[in-house]
Amino acid sequence: MLDSMDQGHTTPDGRTIGGVVMEMRNITLRFGGVVAIKDISFDIREGEIRAIIGPNGAGKSSMLNVMSGFYNPQDGEVIYRGHKRPPMRPYQVARQGIARTFQNIALFDGMSVLDNIMTGRLNHMKASVLDQALWWGRAQREEVANRQKAEEIIDFLEIQNIRKTPVGRLPYGLKKRVELARALVAEPQILLLDEPMAGMNVEEKEDMSRFILDVNSQMGTTIALIEHDMGVVMDISDRVVVLDYGRKIGDGTPDEVKNNQDVIDAYLGVSH
Amino acid sequence: MNAGKRSPAQGGLALVQTDAPKGVPQSVPALLTRNARQLGSKPAYREKEFGIWQSWSWSEVAEEIDAIANGLLALGVNRGDHVAVIGRNRPALYWSMVAAQKVGAVPVPLYQDAVAEEMAYVLEHCFARFVICGDQEQVDKVIEVQDRVPQIEHIIYQDPRGLRKYDHSKLHSLATIQAEGRAARERFERELAGREAELDFDSTCVMLYTSGTTGKPKGVVLSNRNIIMTAKASSEFDRLDPHDEVLAYLPMAWVGDFIFSIGQAYWTGFCVNCPESAETLLTDLREIGPTYYFAPPRVFETLLTSVMIRMEDAGALKRRMFHHFLNHAKVIGPRLLDGKTVGAMDKLKYQLGNLLVIGPLKNTLGMSRIRVGYTAGEAIGPEIFDFYRALGINLKQLYGQTEASVFITQQPDHEVRPDTVGVPSPGVEIRIAESGEVFYRSPGTFVEYYKNPESTASTKDAEGWVATGDAGFIEEGSGHLRIIDRAKDVGKMADGRLFAPKYVENKLKFFPNILEAVVFGNSRDFCTAFINIDLTAVGNWAERNNIAYGSYQELAGHPRVMDMIQSHVEEVNRSVAVDDMLSGCQVHRFLILHKELDADDGELTRTRKVRRRIIEEKFADLLEALYAGKSEQYTETEVTYEDGRKGKITATLELRDAATVGDADTTRVAAE
Repeated sequence: MLDSMDQGHTTPDGRTIGGVVMEMRNITLRFGGVVAIKDISFDIREGEIRAIIGPNGAGKSSMLNVMSGFYNPQDGEVIYRGHKRPPMRPYQVARQGIARTFQNIALFDGMSVLDNIMTGRLNHMKASVLDQALWWGRAQREEVANRQKAEEIIDFLEIQNIRKTPVGRLPYGLKKRVELARALVAEPQILLLDEPMAGMNVEEKEDMSRFILDVNSQMGTTIALIEHDMGVVMDISDRVVVLDYGRKIGDGTPDEVKNNQDVIDAYLGVSH
Repeated sequence: MNAGKRSPAQGGLALVQTDAPKGVPQSVPALLTRNARQLGSKPAYREKEFGIWQSWSWSEVAEEIDAIANGLLALGVNRGDHVAVIGRNRPALYWSMVAAQKVGAVPVPLYQDAVAEEMAYVLEHCFARFVICGDQEQVDKVIEVQDRVPQIEHIIYQDPRGLRKYDHSKLHSLATIQAEGRAARERFERELAGREAELDFDSTCVMLYTSGTTGKPKGVVLSNRNIIMTAKASSEFDRLDPHDEVLAYLPMAWVGDFIFSIGQAYWTGFCVNCPESAETLLTDLREIGPTYYFAPPRVFETLLTSVMIRMEDAGALKRRMFHHFLNHAKVIGPRLLDGKTVGAMDKLKYQLGNLLVIGPLKNTLGMSRIRVGYTAGEAIGPEIFDFYRALGINLKQLYGQTEASVFITQQPDHEVRPDTVGVPSPGVEIRIAESGEVFYRSPGTFVEYYKNPESTASTKDAEGWVATGDAGFIEEGSGHLRIIDRAKDVGKMADGRLFAPKYVENKLKFFPNILEAVVFGNSRDFCTAFINIDLTAVGNWAERNNIAYGSYQELAGHPRVMDMIQSHVEEVNRSVAVDDMLSGCQVHRFLILHKELDADDGELTRTRKVRRRIIEEKFADLLEALYAGKSEQYTETEVTYEDGRKGKITATLELRDAATVGDADTTRVAAE
């Protein structure tokens, strides 16, 4: 992190990477006697795609849960936009502009794709309960605006044909895309993706990669993602953090990480 | 337009006349001006975007097209330039075509699913300096082949998604072009009006590349006369009016779409609706409820198959009601459509069925409001045809081709039958040559093949008669045309009997389980067939019969699927045997192909017609094995994926004999 003080640069494909937007400082997370994350520090820059990788049980999802406010670490601090973040509830974190998806898909199965996506707009609804019950005044205006935003995302992710389909009837790959839609409709500044490509076939992975890259370049959203698939990570990420048994063993560009002996031993090596 | 654009072939024609008949505007842009004046606030285009149907009135469309035209002038489009248009059906792309006409250029729509290689050929051949693309996918293809087509000066795109980071020195968004056009409106006012005024009835309206069952695609030049006269005649034939609605979903590069969505739409002023995406087509169809509808037989087939599959899964009561009323409707529906007398009880029962089953079904299919429906391009199965007629949908057949601006013959109301293609369209003359080939002459007859005088001369003679390449005859009594097959495919078997592969293939394809069939037998002792199963229908059948399969290939090779197809083949043999002239075409041996025939592999044309010779060469080993009497054959086939990569699939196929009827048996014994 020698260059962590500079104020940004431009990538070869023309995207602008800004300064540090979120920083994890010496994070330690324990569950009873189990140390899930041990003294880990890394940062995320504005506009980049940042991957967190590691073998099973490395602490990747725990780390994402710390970032999204689901877990509060025992030690260490989260610096968000230059300020130390006090312990927060997930909804408070969401209001700060951080949205996420889940590894095991957490959608409302009985609701349509559109309704699921609309729930992502919750933080943008300010109308009172009474207004909403009567669907009057502000509630009506908000709903129109929210629907418009939802439709833009539906168009962006090319899921127009399943707009009215109940989520429970969709195949796995599409559910993942709906989850991404719900996260995007909140207009997040940082998007956390928990294994966006787990369980997908090659074609679905390619589609999802393209959407992640498009979200990053078109909407300028900063993305932090956890992923198992090394090929995908190396292709789409700007920088990669490697975790193993709760420790950080590597951090840098995909090329740097690929050539890091610790990473090769721990993750790509034969010891597993 | 400049004189060079005019056809040399038309010089000898009796009807040299540059002006349109009285009251007929001379060009498509002139029709637009007329519509904007007369139908100003009536919707001209709709497109579903962001979940809502957005609409544009004729006067708004005129303004949009004006903006594009001025933008094209600002980019430097010259008279006679070719402007390629590639993308799915969207209003802005239709406007772009008319805008190109307005500035004196020639629009050339291309098939959006063409691979880069095919696209390069057309762009090279028409020397397009400007390309208007729908989205990133199309822009990428053009950029990929730009080394071969260095003349391309500007690429314009509609959907900016994914294109933000591209080098914009040659690339422009359509919105920018329109904004520039609007800003430059006064500057170009006289220039634009001047260029539009130069357009006459014989200047080129559009250039369409034929899909080319054989060889390279040819650029068919159609004049304003061709398009407008054809649109006028066909609109009057079916009494189309400004309140009709069509759904534009067929490829923009296909002549039919140009006639329906531009020719007839501008002539009558009806509204063209563009779907949200290819996947939402059926939903959009239901929401729009078109009154005038065109679909190739395949679409009707697919719909029928899906209705039948869903009925299989429905509850017992619903299923019984469906079959009861449908069987009744199959007898009564067509009679009602044909204006024949029907008993009061039958009529009452039909109305009850309509209330309970048929009406809701039509509504689900989006066909409640269809007043005129057409199918063409391939023969349609009698069962399929009768099904839609039973629902009370006025489905008719027409026969046409690009060179005729579509219409050659069409079925008038009340004279609809599955086995004919109708009477000559208004203004069309038909002649059957001694060889059996059908010739026609009409105001819609194309001007020429672009840069290909030899082909023009061999297709169209000095008097304007055009060879269709199809063999057929005029039925005595009704005066309807019946098409047997492609003239060049009709051949002789080794013993001199008539060989008409398409005739047999169509019969095979009428089975929902068979998607595609290719029959061989020219100069051979007996006929054989390659079969493609329909994955939807056979897959559903397999599910209901507890047959597990992991892939298309595995299902296609399953012994019980083979049995089923064998019974279909034998049934076809029985029906072919009835016709003395064609009884030699019975299929003695067949196999089920291990892959679906695909346009990307060159086995089908873009309009999904079988390319017989290519298939024959590609699967030569299989064909040889069929004729050698083998019972199985190992084969390797190269396939092209949608992104252009190539792969190889291997399989060992089972080859089977099918029972034949009558005298054909002797040949088979001899061959074995």
